[in-house]
Parts: sequence; structure tokens; C-alpha cells
Amino acid sequence: MAITATVGHARADPHHIGVVIEHPGPAPKRIVTAYGFWIFLLSDIVMFSCFFAAYAVLVGQTAGGPKGAEIFEQRNVAIETVCLLLSSFTCGMASIAADVRNRFWFYLGMTVTCVLGLIFLAIEFREFADLVARGYGPSRSAFLTAFFSLVGCHGLHVSAGVLWLLTMMAQVFAKGFRADVLRRMMCFALFWHALDIIWVGVFSVVYLLGGAP
Amino acid sequence: MLGKLDWSAIPFDQPIPLVAGAMVLVAILGVLAWVVVKGHLPYLWSEWITSVDHKRIGVMYILLASVMLLRGGSDAIMMRIQQAVAYQSQGYLPPEHYNQIFSAHGTIMIFFVAMPFVIGLMNLIVPLQLGVRDVAFPTLNSVGFWLTATGALLVNISLVVGEFARTGWLAFPPLSELSYSPGVGVDYYAWSLQISGVGTLVAGINLVTTVLKLRTKGMNYLRMPMFCWTTLASNLLIVAAFPILTATLAMLLLDRYLGFHFFTNEAGGNVMMFMNLIWAWGHPEVYILVLPAFGIFSEVVSTFSGKALFGYRSMVLATMAICVISFMVWLHHFFTMGAGPDVNAIFGIASMIIAIPTGVKIYNWLFTMYGGRIRFATPMLWSVGFMVTFIIGGLTGVLVAVPPADFMLHNSMFLVAHFHNVIIGGVLFGAFAGFEYWFPKAFGFRLDERWGKAAFWFTFTGFYVTFMPLYIAGMLGMTRRMQHYDVAAWRPWMIVAAVGMAVLTIGVICQIVQLVVSIRNREALRDRTGDPWDGRSLEWATSSPPPVFNFAFNPDVRGEDAYWEMKAHARQQSFEHEEPEYQDIEMPRNSPTGFVCAFFATIMGFALIWHIWWMVILGGIGAFATFVVFAWRDHDEYVIPAEEVARIDRINIEERRSLVSMAGAV
Repeated sequence: MAITATVGHARADPHHIGVVIEHPGPAPKRIVTAYGFWIFLLSDIVMFSCFFAAYAVLVGQTAGGPKGAEIFEQRNVAIETVCLLLSSFTCGMASIAADVRNRFWFYLGMTVTCVLGLIFLAIEFREFADLVARGYGPSRSAFLTAFFSLVGCHGLHVSAGVLWLLTMMAQVFAKGFRADVLRRMMCFALFWHALDIIWVGVFSVVYLLGGAP
Repeated sequence: MLGKLDWSAIPFDQPIPLVAGAMVLVAILGVLAWVVVKGHLPYLWSEWITSVDHKRIGVMYILLASVMLLRGGSDAIMMRIQQAVAYQSQGYLPPEHYNQIFSAHGTIMIFFVAMPFVIGLMNLIVPLQLGVRDVAFPTLNSVGFWLTATGALLVNISLVVGEFARTGWLAFPPLSELSYSPGVGVDYYAWSLQISGVGTLVAGINLVTTVLKLRTKGMNYLRMPMFCWTTLASNLLIVAAFPILTATLAMLLLDRYLGFHFFTNEAGGNVMMFMNLIWAWGHPEVYILVLPAFGIFSEVVSTFSGKALFGYRSMVLATMAICVISFMVWLHHFFTMGAGPDVNAIFGIASMIIAIPTGVKIYNWLFTMYGGRIRFATPMLWSVGFMVTFIIGGLTGVLVAVPPADFMLHNSMFLVAHFHNVIIGGVLFGAFAGFEYWFPKAFGFRLDERWGKAAFWFTFTGFYVTFMPLYIAGMLGMTRRMQHYDVAAWRPWMIVAAVGMAVLTIGVICQIVQLVVSIRNREALRDRTGDPWDGRSLEWATSSPPPVFNFAFNPDVRGEDAYWEMKAHARQQSFEHEEPEYQDIEMPRNSPTGFVCAFFATIMGFALIWHIWWMVILGGIGAFATFVVFAWRDHDEYVIPAEEVARIDRINIEERRSLVSMAGAV
């Protein structure tokens, strides 16, 4: 087997300037899990961006149907927004409680988060049901198609989040604050906060910009 | 009860799909019966189906890709025969059948051959090259594979039950909308891609996290083997691009199932939005496929030239540049849409710019070979064949990147020739090079060189004879996807292409024979050293096949070409070193989650396609239950005791020591 003259090259790297910091090795599990989940969230945000783009393209295509300003109720949207933002705060409290292993505050924080999430979903559901009843369903026009898809996609995420939240409470109840349960809790918290960020986008692009007559 | 499904879904009047489907069914049942009768089922279940070992999953990905390559290849043979005979006649394939074939061919070759092949190789090799024991999320890795398999299964079911899309591999609306495609074909297409797309996304997240967060000690970014870099770039693209595909297909499905108006002609829908969205995924997709192939060639060229990769840093830079620029060129797929000269010019220039980092790579490979002691083993043949072929494909690519030229060549056979030129010459040659190169690592014996070389030469020649005529036919004005034609000037080229297809087929047969011959002669071809090619990166530092934990100790890396350096080091020092103190190793436990998930996904996908709503709900509940059980899991790890680790590792060290001392003697 031939040993060529390049053996030395591998060791002495002439391109390095200054001190090379040696990579310490594989990251701990907590970091790996959160990092991976964070990348998933980024991909989820990319998916949302497509629905945002579709909304931006189709917002003017009302096909004789209603415009945004005619169907949006700012008061409801304000309540929805307050609910979600507050729930992010209570979710944060629950995370802190989990970190210090305080069951009472954990359950309280998660319960309030859950209730706020359910209020949000109820208002959104009522808004959708009302629009459909008035004949302004997603099949009415391309604008309504894009509106229902974007807002509904966020709503589906919140629903999944509520299911996950209940699973997390059950896990803490059954298993306590074990390391793996805490890792899952951290992912849930990331998910919930990410939904909040998306909602800020939905709120601004759909309701604030679209609410102008 | 069964939604739209009844006996008319089975094409009793069309012998070709029925016979093909029956053959596939007989083959599957035969294999299953053999497995059951021979009593292999428990082994298959516990060692493969439920395995979360990245190496096993990688092998299963590649197996899936190989089987689907035969299916997609059969479609290709049928198309080439049709176009050879359908001059001033209907040929032997009716138009609606021909349309299904070219749609299925494209869909299968991209999603179920090229994708699983490269993801399989990345899964198999990247953790080994990084010097770690597994990927970041082993169970999700298995889920990703099985969901991909579900997609492949649904596409194949469409062969016998119902029909496949007649819309081309990207199902452009309004043709793919309900009003123009009322059948289940587009639904088969969309649901199989949705399900396998989730699998791909999971694989992408997993591999990105693995490369960024799990590297052995001292494996700094600029010491990673080039294949790890291209894996990183490719999987970053997966994470950023596949959600676009998911969203776009979701919109199409909403249009079809719930009467939405994203892409319809009525109520303000916008067809061109589909083009923009699908190509915003579609163009990065081609780089998702070809970047890992570039990585494979980098490894192969450097190993078989006996030299470090020339211009390592420029290679890294080129890879990441391609990763970024690939998101800025999507509009060149529809210059003729009429976005205006300024927009077309910008995207045309961006498309030409991407040729620069690619050119950098070609020169780096050439300079790596320059002055090296080149061994023309089969993987190296594929690599050199790639360089020649890919340059031609790249040049025709730059040609169609010029908007005025593209207006002439858009949707012509010239385009068909171009993308086959880069995908076969780039991705498939890369996959074959990787297959030949890493096969000994996965199974512990080499592949037969004689049959491997025969496979290369037949495939290489067959490729040129098949696709060069298509360039000419395209310049003579022949458009793509023609079921029949009346222009005499095209005929000779179609016949030459059909002959080329026969040569290509011989190449594929050679590859199958190679596999059979190699398995038969495996004792003679056995590699006991773990390092059959005198390799440079860490995958060669462990035995072949590697133990389930890959490395008894996570290796300590001190520079580029980590294993090459270790070997050089060992040669200079004496080989006597003290036995290290072995420790227990914790490994993830096997899990049926992936398989069960895929089982329910298949049921749900099939039910959605045929509007069998009760079955959709059943599948949905099953999938959710699986998820909850998975989320509830307690101990998903087991411990390999230190004595067992020591026993396995001692054998490896012994073999290796003899190798190094032999090399020293030479």
C-alpha cells in the first residue's frame, strides 16, 4: 500500500491562523433534543411563510365576495391576541416551575395556558363558523381560501399544542420531573412560543393590514 | 362503505399494468412466503424492521431505492420503445396510459430512487465519518424511512388499483385540479408525496442536528470529511425546501377535496403561484440530490488518488455557496411565463453564477487527481465518468439559463436531455460510486470488480447513446411528453435512443449480476481489515461491518483526513500500545414505532385517496395512539457491557495491526 508524500499535510495545517479551539465532542442530550426541535420549528415557519405568501398574492382576489375589512372584527382579534400572548407568559412560568421542580406552580401555569389556548380556539372557531354561515366560506373566493388556510393552519397548530400540553401534564403527573420529561417540556415550550410568533405575523398581516378599509 | 372504490378501479381491460402488477404481487408474496417458511421473520422483525441503527436504516433506504429504480427504469424502457415506434401511428401505449407512465417515471425516479439512495448513503456513512455512535434521533430516523416506504407503496398500488396522475411529475394546475383530473391519479400522487415528504423532513432535521451537534472530540467544522459538509448543505436545503412542497401540495389537495381556490381558474385562484411555489422547492431539490453526490466523488477521488482533497476550503465554500444560491434561481424553470425581461435577466444571471462554485469543484477534483497515484477501481470509474458527463450537462444547463435561448428550448427534448444528463451523470453515477465504495463497509466484503466495471461501461455508453440523440431531437423542435409524432426527422434519433436504452438496461443487469456473484463469492471477497481501499476518513477506522456501537471509543481527531493521519502515526510509532479500559456503552433500543406509524399512514393515505372516510378516521386514531405511546416511552436505551465491547474491539484491533505492519513491510 502506497504512502505518498502527503502524509505530513494532514497534521500541519498551514491555513490556521492563531489558536484552534478543539471541538469538545458530542453535545449533551438536552442540547441535541432542543436543537433538533428548534430546526423543526424553523421548517414549520417556512411552511407558514408559504401560506403567508399565498395570502399576500390572493388578498385582492375577492371575486365579488367580501373584503377583509368587511368581515374582520377587531375586538375579537384583540381578545385572541391577548389570550395567546398571556398564555406564552404562563407557559414560561410553567417552564420555570418545571426547572425548579415545583408541581403546584407547574400545574397552575399549564392549566392557565390551556384555558387561554382554548379561549383562543373558541373565538377563532366562532369566527369561522359565523363566516361560513353567512356564505363566506373558503370556497367563496381566493381571498377567503387564503384567509381560512393561513389562520386555520395556525389554529390547527394551537389545537395540537393543547393536546400536547395535556400529555405533558399527564407525564409530569405520572413520572415526575425526570430528565426526559423535562426535555419534552422544553420542546413543548419552544413550540408554544413559536406559535405566538406566528400569530404576531397573522395578526399584523391579516387583521391589521386587512382591517383598513 | 368504500368511497369511490369499486371493481372498475382494477384495469381488467389493460393487460400491461395488470400483468406488471401481478408480477410484482407474485414477487412480494413469494419473498414473504420464503421468509415465513424459512423462519426468518423474527430475525427480520427484530434486526431490520424495528432497527433504529443508522447503518441498518441506511441499507434499507438503499434497498428501497434499488427496487424502485427497477420500477422507474421499466417505465423508461416503455417510453423509449413507444417513441421509437409511434411515428405516424399510435404506438402500443394508449395516450392516457403513456401520460401516467411519464408522470410515474419522474415521480418515482426523484422521490423514491434518488432521494432514498442519497439519504441512505448519508445515514449509513455520516455518523461513522463523524466518529459517533448514532444519529441524533434514532427512532425518528426509522419513522422517516418507513414513511418514505409508505409513499413508494402507495405509488405502486396505483399501478393496479385505480390510476396514477397523468399530469407530469409536478402536477401543474389547472390540469391537476378536480375539473380536469377528476380521477384518483393526482390524489395518489399528492398523498404519497405528502407522506414521504414528512419522512424526508424528519431525515433532514435528524442529519442536520447530527452534523452540527454530534461530532467526536476534535472534529472541528474544518476537519469534517467533505461528504459530511455536503450532507450538511443538502439537509439544510431539505429543512428549508420540503416544507414548501408540503404547503404547496396541501393547497392543491384543499382545492381538490374542499373546493378551495388556490390554483383554480375560477374565483380568483392563481395558477402561476403554483409554479413559483413548486419550483421554490423544486430547484433546491436538485441540489439536495446532487450535493451529496459531490461529497461522494470528493471522498472517492481523494481516496483513489492517494492524496488529500485539493482545495478543501474552497470546496467547503463552494458547497455552501451552492446551498445558498440554489434558492435564488427557481424562476428559470418558467422564463416563458412572461415575468418580463428584467426579472428573467436576474434569474438567468443567478443561474449562470451557480455554475461557478460547481466549476470550482470540478477543478478541485481534477487537481486532486493530478500527481496522485490513481487506482481505477469501480468507484473511481464512476467518478471520472461523472466528471465528463456532468460537464456536458452543466454546459447545456448554462445554455438554457440564457432566457432567449430558453424560449426556444423550453419544454423540448433538449431540456429532457439536459436534466437526465445532470441527474443520471451526477446523482445516479454518484449513488453508484458510493454504493461500490461503501458496500464493503456495510457488509464486510467487496463487490466483484469485473462485473462492476462491466456495469460502468455499459451504463456509461448506454447513457450517451440514449440521451445525446434527445439533445438533437430537441433542437429539431421535438417537444417533451409526446405520445406519437409525425415528423420524419425525429424518428432516427428516437430509434438510436431506444437502442441506447437497451445498452443501459444491460448495465443495470450487470449490476444485479455483480451483486449476486459477490454474495456467492463473499468468502473470497471478504475484507477483514475494515479498510479495503486504504481510506482516509473515520468510517474506515472501525471493522466491516461496524459493530452496533460503531466505535469502542469516540476517536480523537487532530486534523483533516483523521484516519489517514492515525495510520501514518501508527506506522511511525511502535504498534505496541496498552489495552484501553473499556466501558459500558449505552445504545438506543429497537422500536416498532416507525413501522407502526407507516402502517397507519398507508391505511390513511389509501383511504384519503378513495374517500373512505371511516377508514381515514381509523388510521388517524391509530397514528395518534402510536404517537402518544411513543411520547410516553420510558426506557429506550440498553447497555452493552464493557466485556462485550472489549471482545468485539480486540478482534478489530488485531486485524488492523496486521494491516499496518503489512503496509510497513511494503
